[in-house]
Amino acid sequence: MGDVFWWVIFPYACLIIMVFGLLYRFAFRQLTWAAPSTEFFEKKWLRFGSPLFHWGVIFAFIGHLMGIVVPMGFYDALGISNHLYHLGAVYGGSLAGLMMVVGLIILLIRKIVFNPVRVHATFADFYSVIALLIIAGIGTYITMFGNFTPEEFDYRSAIGPWFRSLFVLSPQYQLMTSIPFIFKLHTLLGFGLFGSIPFTRLVHFYSIPVAYPTRAPQQYRSRAQYKNKSS
Amino acid sequence: MKIKAQVAMVMHLDKCIGCHTCSVTCKNTWTNRPGTEYMWFNNVETRPGTGYPKRWEDTERFKGGWTLKNGKLQLKAGGPISKLMNIFYNPDMATMDDYYEPWTYNYQNLIDSPKGEHLPVARPQSVITGEYIDKPEWGSNWDDDLAGGTETVSQDPTVEKLQDHISMEYEKTFMMYLPRICEHCLNPSCVASCPSGALYKRDEDGIVLVDQEACRGWRFCMSGCPYHKVYYNWNTHKAEKCNFCYPRTEAGLPTICSETCVGRIRYIGVVLYDADKVKEAASVEDPQDLYESQLSVFQDPFDPEVIEAAKKAGINDEWIESAQNSPVYKMAMKWKIALPLHPEYRTLPMVWYVPPLSPIMNHITNEDDLSTDGYIPAVDQMRIPVEYLASILAADDTKLIRRVLLKLTAMRVHMRGKTVGGIDAFRQSELLKEANTTPEELEDMARLLGIAKYNERFVIPTGRREMDDDLYYAQGACSLEDLAPPEGMASLIGGNS
Repeated sequence: MGDVFWWVIFPYACLIIMVFGLLYRFAFRQLTWAAPSTEFFEKKWLRFGSPLFHWGVIFAFIGHLMGIVVPMGFYDALGISNHLYHLGAVYGGSLAGLMMVVGLIILLIRKIVFNPVRVHATFADFYSVIALLIIAGIGTYITMFGNFTPEEFDYRSAIGPWFRSLFVLSPQYQLMTSIPFIFKLHTLLGFGLFGSIPFTRLVHFYSIPVAYPTRAPQQYRSRAQYKNKSS
Repeated sequence: MKIKAQVAMVMHLDKCIGCHTCSVTCKNTWTNRPGTEYMWFNNVETRPGTGYPKRWEDTERFKGGWTLKNGKLQLKAGGPISKLMNIFYNPDMATMDDYYEPWTYNYQNLIDSPKGEHLPVARPQSVITGEYIDKPEWGSNWDDDLAGGTETVSQDPTVEKLQDHISMEYEKTFMMYLPRICEHCLNPSCVASCPSGALYKRDEDGIVLVDQEACRGWRFCMSGCPYHKVYYNWNTHKAEKCNFCYPRTEAGLPTICSETCVGRIRYIGVVLYDADKVKEAASVEDPQDLYESQLSVFQDPFDPEVIEAAKKAGINDEWIESAQNSPVYKMAMKWKIALPLHPEYRTLPMVWYVPPLSPIMNHITNEDDLSTDGYIPAVDQMRIPVEYLASILAADDTKLIRRVLLKLTAMRVHMRGKTVGGIDAFRQSELLKEANTTPEELEDMARLLGIAKYNERFVIPTGRREMDDDLYYAQGACSLEDLAPPEGMASLIGGNS
């Protein structure tokens, strides 16, 4: 029963809270939807902390896509051996993880040390930084010091299929029962973080302005929009 | 031809007395909330001085506005791709140190303190952190009236650039006021800098606004605006800027800064421009050509072809008539006595300035110098160096400033001649020729600059509500518009009308 809770109910609950929370906030709390920058107060520490952390997250995100979402068969088809993949994952993952951890530590110190930043940081702000730090720390630890050879334990044959099975609505929770504890912890904390996204500043992840390069530089808008509406 | 209307402003700097009434009324109207304390949609700077924020004209540091790169117009700070690469940390952004840490005073202490030997005091207290500040050291008008002396004057980027022309001797001190609001540019770089597309220019009146719901707080507008007139609200984490008091202008009223201006220096009017020409006009090679190229964008509101095109673009008769009576059109486009602030930023700004005249530096000893033509060299000996004005208003084109000052001088000489005699001599004078004007034009100028009444200074048509196509629906709907179903015959297929 515990396995069903942790590997079926909990992840689904977190995802549902995330999706509906985001929709609610987008629809009814639009004015709170922003990347709440404190660069106005302090930019010397931010200069190092913020890019380190954010680029680290982006690399880590891509790494997770490559390891968890893309099935092993894909790499086999490309002729990428287990050993080669593992090398990439360990070095790339370690770099991304270290960037995140170092960046987050800088950001956390900055949040505590600089008065204007601290005074205006909410509980949710501290929560998101600390939660990210713990999750990123565990992930980095697994990657750098886990010493899991693919023969011993390959997350691509356990966590990957389980994760994908969530999205085809037939969760294979049995896959997760016997993986090392530290992987379990990383996964569950990750889902917990997903569930809390709508209540924190992390919502700005969903507003990455990827369409910016494609739009016209000058934006005109009509107040009445009578020109568009009249027919 | 794509005709658009723009509500624009002219400020006649001769009449500015630096009283800051505009700033105060603006602040009381728009920015007296938490997060906006440091925002001055309108501020008055003493020149030479640092400006607000400190050294905002230092475009090499803040990288605002546009630049020409291989003949192509580009944001100085870099285009969309480079913005996305820098989105986690904006290297060009000014911080609170460049503005100031806003503070209030602990007035409550005056009321609550117990009886004692000494008078209670209200200590300054930061509104950001709530901590007491021992000694506020900078604010938006800290160097008002040159009171920072050589220390702040030397920080003026224009003074730095013009070291050869400006000496800091006491006898040669000069001073002028420069009130600034958002320029509501024709080619706004803040709009182009916004990754979310939250900033936009309104079709109807050209006012540049921030969509508070679409703003995500990426802050590139802050540094993208070379005039530093977009502010970041640290409380809501969204950008805010001067909105040209659109609730007032839509009702036909002037902005609150203009309404309350003690010196009556401000003029508001409509101009018609061709939106298709804007990019080309901003892309001319030589920065000194930008003034002329900007003028070429505006259309003559009396030209039947222009009127035709304007009507086709949905601009109604009231607006066309206002464009014909526009004081801005007269001063900036017809008489060419108002100049845009820093045209070299290539944003085609729409707040125009009539440069100030100033006392002549020389002692006039020879009586002949008092003749009409004696005023021609006087223009070059005015206390405010022509080079300084040219650096602010003409991309260093001193000839342009000289031309405007000559015209303003000719106006004074003419009007003086009319009252105290010598008008005939003036009609024959070199001054009139060199200023390239006529007595009739000078008299029109004198009327508008000197004695124009409220309705002449502010020619503002109301918002084009009658153009909304749902007025029948809105009538009687009160504020239920979004709740009530649209009226009209339901169609068989669904949808309405």
